[in-house]
Amino acid sequence: MEPSSETFTTLAETLIDRAKAQGATDADVLVAEGDSVSVQVRLASVDRLSKAREKSLGLRVFFGKRSASASTSDFSNESLDQLVADTCELAKAVAEDETSGLPDAAAMATDVPDLDLFDPTTLTVDQEIHLAQRAEHAALNVDARITNSDGADCTSAHGVVVLANTRGFVGRHRSSRFALSVAPVAEDANGQSMQRDSWYTVSRKYRELESPESVGEIAASRTLRRLGARKVGTQRVPVIFDPETAESLLGHLSGAVSGYALYKNASFLLGQLGKSIAPEYVHVEDNALLPGKLGSRPFDAEGLPTRQTMVVEKGRLVSYLLDTYSGRKLGMASTGNAARSVGESPSVSPTNFFFHPGTPSPDEIIRSVKQGLLVTELIGFGVNVVTGDYSRGASGFWIENGEVAYPVEEVTIAGNLKRMFQDVELIGNDLAFRGQLASPTVKIREMTVAGQ
Amino acid sequence: MSQHDVDLERFSLQEREVAQALARVNVRDVDYADIYFESTIAEAVSMEEGIVKRAVKSISQGAGVRATAGEKTGFAYSDELSRRDLEIAADTARYIANSPQGETPVGVPVTHRPAKTRNLYPLDPSNADVPTRERVDLLTLIDQEARRYDPRITKVMASLNAESKTMMVATTDGLRVGDVQPLSRLQVTCIAEDGHHRQVGTFGGGGRVGFSFYHEEARARSYAREAARQAIVNLDAVDAPAGIMPVVLGGGWPGILLHEAIGHGLEADFNRKKTSAFSQLIGQRVASEECTIVDDGTLPFRRGSLNIDDEGIPTTRTVLIEGGILRGYITDRLNARLMGIPLTGNGRREDFRSLVLPRMTNTFMLAGTSEPAEIIRSVNKGLYAVSFGGGQVDITNGKFVFSASEAYLIEGGNVTKPVKGATLIGHGPDVLKRVSMVGHDLQLDSGVGTCGKEGQSVPVGVGLPTIRIDEITVGGTSA
Repeated sequence: MEPSSETFTTLAETLIDRAKAQGATDADVLVAEGDSVSVQVRLASVDRLSKAREKSLGLRVFFGKRSASASTSDFSNESLDQLVADTCELAKAVAEDETSGLPDAAAMATDVPDLDLFDPTTLTVDQEIHLAQRAEHAALNVDARITNSDGADCTSAHGVVVLANTRGFVGRHRSSRFALSVAPVAEDANGQSMQRDSWYTVSRKYRELESPESVGEIAASRTLRRLGARKVGTQRVPVIFDPETAESLLGHLSGAVSGYALYKNASFLLGQLGKSIAPEYVHVEDNALLPGKLGSRPFDAEGLPTRQTMVVEKGRLVSYLLDTYSGRKLGMASTGNAARSVGESPSVSPTNFFFHPGTPSPDEIIRSVKQGLLVTELIGFGVNVVTGDYSRGASGFWIENGEVAYPVEEVTIAGNLKRMFQDVELIGNDLAFRGQLASPTVKIREMTVAGQ
Repeated sequence: MSQHDVDLERFSLQEREVAQALARVNVRDVDYADIYFESTIAEAVSMEEGIVKRAVKSISQGAGVRATAGEKTGFAYSDELSRRDLEIAADTARYIANSPQGETPVGVPVTHRPAKTRNLYPLDPSNADVPTRERVDLLTLIDQEARRYDPRITKVMASLNAESKTMMVATTDGLRVGDVQPLSRLQVTCIAEDGHHRQVGTFGGGGRVGFSFYHEEARARSYAREAARQAIVNLDAVDAPAGIMPVVLGGGWPGILLHEAIGHGLEADFNRKKTSAFSQLIGQRVASEECTIVDDGTLPFRRGSLNIDDEGIPTTRTVLIEGGILRGYITDRLNARLMGIPLTGNGRREDFRSLVLPRMTNTFMLAGTSEPAEIIRSVNKGLYAVSFGGGQVDITNGKFVFSASEAYLIEGGNVTKPVKGATLIGHGPDVLKRVSMVGHDLQLDSGVGTCGKEGQSVPVGVGLPTIRIDEITVGGTSA
């Protein structure tokens, strides 16, 4: 991969020159290349195996205050000439946008920190098959009620990204990703109902994956504990989100503090900067610089340095997440959160976005509830980020007198995100980074559970 | 351009190179193999704050090589289309057949092209590629129309996406067939503010259509007004009710109920693996007698329609539920072969990077006989839901949700106050048994649906007449 990423740097610089020759006042180029191997094993034999290698290149040009982007996977000279011509023509057709433009040269990242995001380990197809088989085998052997499997997946991927622009930035960074998951199916003793759940391990480093056996065993216990689930009555009760589901609350929060949602008046946190949006023990951080983490990146999609940003501190909303464009719209500086796919203009995304852990253990949080719902899965899209109105399908466990009583399904939980963040009553001590969003167990004082 | 104008030259390849790659993959244990060639050009423009500030274009091409042996699938893809790349992909794909290197390939039959059949989306080429200027003008018109609707509309955002996908599939059973698949979508979002509340409304439409579609029947203007109307209506929305109650669904997009509650559960892969809540329910009652539900990929110009699926099989109309009885699954080649059931032309993939899966096309309930107004009048206390956001289903336990974005209380048989968005949750194999009235007003959605499965997105359609569900759980806040 090393030789081609050198070539890509040259390629990016050449394209910028060609765009300038066509009259572009500014331009940037993003080149991405990656390869991956993935397998799925089901009931011990190979179900799917796939191998891929792909690349793409995106060009964005500015003609003064007009801009456009285009991308291609064909790197031939002829195709790239066409790309430059197409992009310039598109840019001339759109309206002038006073806010548009690359960041200032002085703001560009000057060094690219090594965040330990690349592990060169390559797994063979046979190694991946073996890992998946071990995980599935472990799951299938936990209990006789595990009767079927939706398969075990193993995947490894490596990629390189090169970004260059006319304000003097050229950067590249490599990353890797390894993942193993398994989804067992369990059946009731009477064969009347089935449940499926899953567990996974994912990391930038092969050696940091959890063991296939532990992934399989956790997947099986998550599936088994759902058997016999039932509906509960409609009522207002405390709701505990386990770490997997609490992450989604951070997803809604990061969407609401994105500069793009804010300048479009499309956020339930509009006008809340500097105000208290949660109790004072709530802290939310965005940090791109954590070594080896899945959301880390050494520079953002505009070539600006990435950083640590406190978004919520002592319950107060202290920063939005911004790139240059949305920052200018709001009269603020970028927070280095520009993200983009190849061939698109930047948008905003969180990096590693997480609640600071609290002191109670998950068990202590459960013990604090007399009657309530522990949510372990959410489905559907019933979240309105403009108003904060929240209504999603849920399954999990009923809590009675501080103990998990029985599994629950086919209920909804509803509230408003503004209220829900104000109502965060407890934050657990169980923070673990399993993705870009990371949350400990979170208890919300009260929500409406709709069931019977 | 008709489907038969696509040939290998479009991908700078010759029949000999493709036949060699297929022969290489077609070793003894391989039941079937194919190569899928794709070239897609996509363009998008979007508007906010009254100006079109974003324009993007992408060109993507490549090939995916796949072999199946028993239940196994081997797959590889590349964005290069050289003979060498096809061979590397073929070697990877046949890995699943446990065949040693150098084993003699099994001969592949002489190629054939199916006879000319139909073209569900004939497009005037001049209509397919309009100047960017015209697209910019369309979005500007939308901005004006939405703002004119009501002064409380404070922000208008609109986007127009159009793509043209040229695909061709070459199979070990000798098939060589291709298609040119246009797809377009216009989407409008409005924010309304009245000093107390802020609300959002969205509407859009499209299909396998050209640009002029949005000017015909003043569609662009009507999308703008509809998005604005929804945002304004929701300014006065009260808390949605919570609990079990009768629900009347309006026609069109509320058909997402069918997509989530039964459609996914009837995809053959889940049923072959016996991981669907519908496994082994063929021939049994899963809905009331009023319900007949089909998946139909043959409707002209519809977003979910295709001349052929991504395995070269012509799409069909498949009866899923007839008079409440479960009749059949939707299939791709792999699952139809393994289950010994008919091909329905539902083998679809997002692009050359993705594996074929059985997927829905346009899924809808046939019209009944009830008068829509009678259906509403029949409810004393309940919910009337006319517009929805997304939905999701857990295939294995059958629980599904879909979320209303415009809904009203029904009180004493009359539609009264608008309510805030709420998620409806139910059990797929049961919910349609509670459908007691089906209107005569079947309506298909306006052409904006995208279905996600295993990380792959494909365009789909849904449709529904007005129906009454006697009881389903409504997930509001007002207990």
